Amino acid sequence: MNTLLVLVLALLALSGLVTVSIRDPVRQAIALGVFGLLEALMFFVVQAPDVALSQIVVSGVALPAMLFLAMAKIRSQREAEREEAEEE
Amino acid sequence: MRDRPGGFSLRLVVGAIGVVLTVGGFVWGTTGLHPFGSEHSRYGFYTAHHAVAQRHATNSVVAVAFDYRAFDTLGEEFILFISVVGVVVLLRSLHDEEEEPEEEKLIPEQRRASDAERWLGTALVGPIAILAAYIVTHGQLTPGGGFQGGIILMAAIAFIFLGGEWVILLRLRRATSWVEMMDAGGAAGFAMIGFGGLIATGAFFYNFLPFGTSGSLLSGGFMPLANVAVGLEVAGATLMVVSELVDQRLLRPPR
Amino acid sequence: MSVFPYLVAAWLLGIGLWGVISSRNYLHLIMCLTVLQGSTYVLLLSVGYLSHAKAPIFADITTKSRVTDPIVQALTLTDVVVEATIVAMLLALVIQANKRYGSIDPDEMRRMRD
Repeated sequence: MNTLLVLVLALLALSGLVTVSIRDPVRQAIALGVFGLLEALMFFVVQAPDVALSQIVVSGVALPAMLFLAMAKIRSQREAEREEAEEE
Repeated sequence: MRDRPGGFSLRLVVGAIGVVLTVGGFVWGTTGLHPFGSEHSRYGFYTAHHAVAQRHATNSVVAVAFDYRAFDTLGEEFILFISVVGVVVLLRSLHDEEEEPEEEKLIPEQRRASDAERWLGTALVGPIAILAAYIVTHGQLTPGGGFQGGIILMAAIAFIFLGGEWVILLRLRRATSWVEMMDAGGAAGFAMIGFGGLIATGAFFYNFLPFGTSGSLLSGGFMPLANVAVGLEVAGATLMVVSELVDQRLLRPPR
Repeated sequence: MSVFPYLVAAWLLGIGLWGVISSRNYLHLIMCLTVLQGSTYVLLLSVGYLSHAKAPIFADITTKSRVTDPIVQALTLTDVVVEATIVAMLLALVIQANKRYGSIDPDEMRRMRD
């Protein structure tokens, strides 16, 4: 149990708390990206490089892409609804 | 502030009690675990120290995931496949309801991305694709493998469409068949490798190809093939999800 | 301090679960679910850790070295990618729900259904 591991775990716990307490989805997605990178750092310190590589690519590339695209789609659906309501 | 339904604060109280009990039970359970970093499981110990000798693969994590526990990886791969089928089924019905914008309806200035995007996108596709191929094929030697390389391959292909013109994006929607074939081919390929073991020696997923010398690219029996199959499947699956989500949003002209 | 990683896993479990219960937005709920998944990865890898050990990649160390457990690492490795795809399916469900009910608030959806 070296100090690096204790520090990374404490940062991980803190960033988890920050991610859950942000309510706005766009800001929370960015906080989730930070959380994922800190997890990958923890996986490196625990001597698991395969898992760390997997976590970096997933939480840095795939998850933010899907989340932001879904948010954009929901927003465009709401805009389309509002346009239909205004036309009536 | 919207008015909450009547049971909201009751739900919070009950939820808080439930969370406290769950976490308390969890912490009580971890007191029965060994102290952090002191013991190793015998199965893990044996596998780690014999993987190189038995399979000639220096990355014992990939040897475990794609050879010793290949059946579990097959299950996980099919979970991935089925959840992507679920995404496609849920989102394709949206396309039928909304009208499809024709190519002519787009404003001409909107068709091209900015120059910086196009340069960066096209310049980065090659190196990222090579990196993905390297990580996928060297899975049994160094940290890497099909899962990581598959997502990097998805990023490489996505860069083609991000750096290109909107017209190419439109063609993506009608040509999703090659992405689907990549996904299905990877999933079926991994299952076929298992059947190859069944046909060759009578045990599903028995490593039937020659092992080669450890440290060289073609080592570990069928592990290179399994890595490529999983890489194609993961890339195809995530590309299908992204292409289903990207369709309507970027094609509509802004107001 | 030898139970600190398990406590961090319990902490992430607790706040992730609390976020899911008290959520007023389905997208926020999905991201709290991701934090919950992270706690399981932390627990799995902490169980497999061995002090003063190296990673189980034998490209440059001898096979007699002290290494961490490769079995839990293989489990977590496939898990990370698969759960990202499950998040994708949940997002597709949220998009459909927004289409049908016009809202992504769990409470409003319950009121509209009644």
